[in-house]
Amino acid sequence: MEKSKLKEKVNWPVTILLIVGLITVLFPLYMTVVIAFKSPTEMTNTIEGILSLPSTWSFDNFAQAIAVTDFWHSLLNSVLITAATIGISILLHSLVAYAIGRNMTHHKPFRLSYYYIVSGMFVPFAILMLPLVKETAQLHIDSPIGVVLLYVVFFMPMNVLLYTGYLKNIPVALEEAARVDGSTTWSTYWKIIFPLMGPMHATVAVLTALGTWNDVMTPLVIMSGNITTLPLAQLTFQTQFGTNYNLAFASYLLAMLPMLIFYLFAQKKIINGVINGAVK
Amino acid sequence: MHFGKNMRTYYLILIPILVLFFAFNTFPLINGLIYSFTNSKGYGGFDWVGFRNYADLFTDTRVGNSYLFTFKMAVVGTIVINVLSLVLALALNSKIKFKTSLRGLYFIPNILGALVVGYVFNYFFTYILPFLTNTTSILADKGWAWVAVVAVCAWQAIAMNTIIYISGLQTVPQDIYEAGALDGASGWNKFRYLTFPLIMPFFTINMVLSMKNLLMVFDQIMSLTQGGPAQSTESISYLIYNNGLAGGQFGFQSANAVIFFVVIVTISVLQMRFLNSREEQL
Repeated sequence: MEKSKLKEKVNWPVTILLIVGLITVLFPLYMTVVIAFKSPTEMTNTIEGILSLPSTWSFDNFAQAIAVTDFWHSLLNSVLITAATIGISILLHSLVAYAIGRNMTHHKPFRLSYYYIVSGMFVPFAILMLPLVKETAQLHIDSPIGVVLLYVVFFMPMNVLLYTGYLKNIPVALEEAARVDGSTTWSTYWKIIFPLMGPMHATVAVLTALGTWNDVMTPLVIMSGNITTLPLAQLTFQTQFGTNYNLAFASYLLAMLPMLIFYLFAQKKIINGVINGAVK
Repeated sequence: MHFGKNMRTYYLILIPILVLFFAFNTFPLINGLIYSFTNSKGYGGFDWVGFRNYADLFTDTRVGNSYLFTFKMAVVGTIVINVLSLVLALALNSKIKFKTSLRGLYFIPNILGALVVGYVFNYFFTYILPFLTNTTSILADKGWAWVAVVAVCAWQAIAMNTIIYISGLQTVPQDIYEAGALDGASGWNKFRYLTFPLIMPFFTINMVLSMKNLLMVFDQIMSLTQGGPAQSTESISYLIYNNGLAGGQFGFQSANAVIFFVVIVTISVLQMRFLNSREEQL
């Protein structure tokens, strides 16, 4: 009895240390918020001037940032690119993983395809970058469409690895039963296997979302013209912010906000997704 | 008969996807290899130069410095990240109050974009930190700017690695500690001989992940230093991007990218082999 009581005792020193340590996470966010809401005249050249709470909480900086960075367009592009990448990845990667996973033990072409695709994980974007700039320009897909297409290819190794791993836990007997009833491979997949892979779809969606939403490099080098994504806009309009840090920080906060809101609602799913992706 | 029809469906799924994968992964990889033997500027005509780009790579001080910087940052960063996230994970896994909220809050840096995070820290290093330490900005200091890059990368990577270590710690069965306690294991010994060997696979994942991510660092360089001051923080990816696309060194930087690719693969394979053999010993 004594022992189990001891076990449940809260370790207050560690709790307090962890709460104090949160400063390292929250201070940069606090700084972003207060600077974003302040007017430039409040930013006196002292640390108090920078870090004190704004005297009035005004949304002027945000209104200006939305105009300067073409916020709504960038947001729309980011949403479309991320949503399209997630949707296509879930449909296509799970399907190819099914074809590979169900045949790789008995059919060499599928086994080789598996290793071929998964080994793509080692190819850094830096080596593909220069040739891809040319290739996408020649194919006239130096646009959001090209970016989505590239993401679908870049995430394929990881997602195929995850899906084939998950598929091993789904008994083949289920499909065989359906086939005896006259169902084709195609309809068996969509009716039985695809819904059963639900938990892995969530993991893939989370990992793909984090990877595409925050990515700067791919849209930066691939998209031509004035099209930007939300993070890319921060780079593109950096010169226009000049030394107006209040405007810049309002824009940074706007860029962080969608993901923070998403995290607020799907925290558990996101954390589980990241763990599944790394550990599998 | 039945069997044959099934196989046809599987092949009809596999082949188009293999074509797509080849077109945007293998094909550009081969193209990069081909360009690395030319003096292409990225536009107009070009000539074959054989292995000259590769020979030049080894004498080019700017390339050499970018490798030195990237490796210094990656090695120091990997150690810092893993030590701190292991400590943080042990703390977050102990019997604390507000466990779920604390874990959730410590994970926040990982969901934010590296570029924007870099801009926020750029301001911090330029205007806030010099106030506190009464010095000039470390971003403007040739000897110290790399530390800022490590700090910002670590700020985000620790969030990720901590979560992975926590999931590792949760796989450790509690009765092992009870048995260990009977043998008098406590504190550091308990960690060294009981916990650590059991979470070794998670240590492997985190070492490989953080090393690979740090070697490929780009966004943080873009927003913190742009490779400066005096090219002291030019990462390999940044140099390939900058000089390859805008600097007229398309062919030369392609050669650099090929070497970089070989380096990344070699390090990942070596790291996994070394750490896996350690796992088996334990």
